[in-house]
Amino acid sequence: MNSELLIQLLVNGVIVGMLYGIVAMCFVLIYKSTQVVNFAQGEFVVMGAWVCLSMVVSMGLPFWLAFLFTLAFMTAFGVVVQIILLRPLVGEPVISVIMATIGLSTFMRALMNWIFGNSAVRFPDVFSQSVVSIAGLNVETAYVLSLVLSVAVMGMFFLFFRYSRWGLAMRATAYSQQISQSLGIPIGRVFAMAWAISAVVSGIAGVVIGLVNAVSNSLSFIGIKVFPAVIVGGLDSVIGAVVGGLTIGLLENLAEFVDGQYLHIGNMYSVAPFYVLLVILMIKPYGLFGTPNIERV
Amino acid sequence: MADNGEILLRVDDVSLQFGGLKALSNVSFAVRKGGLFSLIGPNGAGKTSMLNCISGRYRPTSGNLTWNGEDILRHSVNDRAHLGIGRTFQNLALFGHMSVLDNILVGRHHKLRNNFLTGMLYWVGGARREELEQRRFVEDIIDFLEIQHVRHEPAGTLSYGLRKRVELARAMAIEPRLILLDEPMAGMNLEEKEDMARFIIALREEFEMTILMIEHDMGVVMDLSDQVAVLDFGKVIASGAPEAVLANEHVKKAYLGEADELLDELADTAERAIA
Repeated sequence: MNSELLIQLLVNGVIVGMLYGIVAMCFVLIYKSTQVVNFAQGEFVVMGAWVCLSMVVSMGLPFWLAFLFTLAFMTAFGVVVQIILLRPLVGEPVISVIMATIGLSTFMRALMNWIFGNSAVRFPDVFSQSVVSIAGLNVETAYVLSLVLSVAVMGMFFLFFRYSRWGLAMRATAYSQQISQSLGIPIGRVFAMAWAISAVVSGIAGVVIGLVNAVSNSLSFIGIKVFPAVIVGGLDSVIGAVVGGLTIGLLENLAEFVDGQYLHIGNMYSVAPFYVLLVILMIKPYGLFGTPNIERV
Repeated sequence: MADNGEILLRVDDVSLQFGGLKALSNVSFAVRKGGLFSLIGPNGAGKTSMLNCISGRYRPTSGNLTWNGEDILRHSVNDRAHLGIGRTFQNLALFGHMSVLDNILVGRHHKLRNNFLTGMLYWVGGARREELEQRRFVEDIIDFLEIQHVRHEPAGTLSYGLRKRVELARAMAIEPRLILLDEPMAGMNLEEKEDMARFIIALREEFEMTILMIEHDMGVVMDLSDQVAVLDFGKVIASGAPEAVLANEHVKKAYLGEADELLDELADTAERAIA
């Protein structure tokens, strides 16, 4: 057994899993506060990556500055999407809103194809060292950055929801829009904020993935990968999203290992998470951390 | 009835219609500043619908609502909380998984100025001072309602009587000038009712809030309120001082279920409207 490869893959699994985790958190954030399943989550990720890349490549900005601008851009983008696309749909059936996000996803994909082209572009070298060695393992610097950013984002999420005024307002709105409104919470602004946070964090994930893999429109696959992650963890649990993301990341890489070393079936990497998803849903239909929907009268 | 004391809220000719169903027809009454106004009536008479019109959940089909001389129909639900209208709900509506303290803090939302970013400049931005002020205010409410011992418990795990108190605490947290109480005593035992009555009296006297209450317990209504209106089939069938209202012929019959011309007529109209 090739234990070095196994460890390498496990480390990759954790790092990629954390990225899935933060995108999944964004997904859960929108679902929790607005009951909308956002099918454009993957496009948000790609958008972040393209914006950052084009600022580095065509405007020649230093990476960190481009990164900050990307954050600002994605915040504005999230708010605009909420105001233009979703606010007019308030009061419409949730399914219509979900269809609108599918439309948004198609629109964004076409727009990005048009503006940025459909070939993959690499980031110029933004780090002085492309590989760092941690405890004898070679890890790409981008991966380390990704891990640090993921943990930071998760920490911010936790602090925000636990201690901040708007975090509290968001939790309250997720629980009941009607009661929150009667307590003076402007729920329109809460929704806009949920979309903004979701867009920014997805953008961060996009930049990081872009650093490792090169940027292309196919990066939106992460929006698909997020589904098993979110469903494993439970649609309405932020912690579940992180755990689900890690689970999927590790599973992919373990499947890759088992397949590459013993089975030689090929492509287990992308299929295995969905098998596990099916099994988990058979045992726990609301996911590992989700709340069963019980109505008490 | 408007001659003694300033009017805080005036309900003027309000009707509310859901398709063919008239939930309220031409309801008018006025709540005096500092008063305790009770809305009574049989189940389904439209009492909660009336409250929902005031808090903004429903928009009346016709009629006017005047708050301090200003029309409030154009204000959104959350704006009305800012104006000073707070409410509790008939079926408990706490944020079940959040702690008692967090539940109350949600009510403070609109009073806070600092946000996540300025809060990071804890001392510079005045966030520290604000935090202390808010804490003191919330602590006062907690002390007043005697819920210190459960402050960190998730609200969903508390007993019914305590949850009612936490809900009252949350409504008080927005510092309302008018507080709408939807059946504050429902489902309580005698001891809990006495406590709640004590709190309601203090809301008026110590916190100087005006109260509009829906309640079925006649003893409580008679003891606490200084004005009563009776709704039946969406119409006000009597209003005025508690004793006078209780003595009213129609009211007795509405409650005892006896035959009465006025009520029969109302029921007929309601049936015809549905048909």
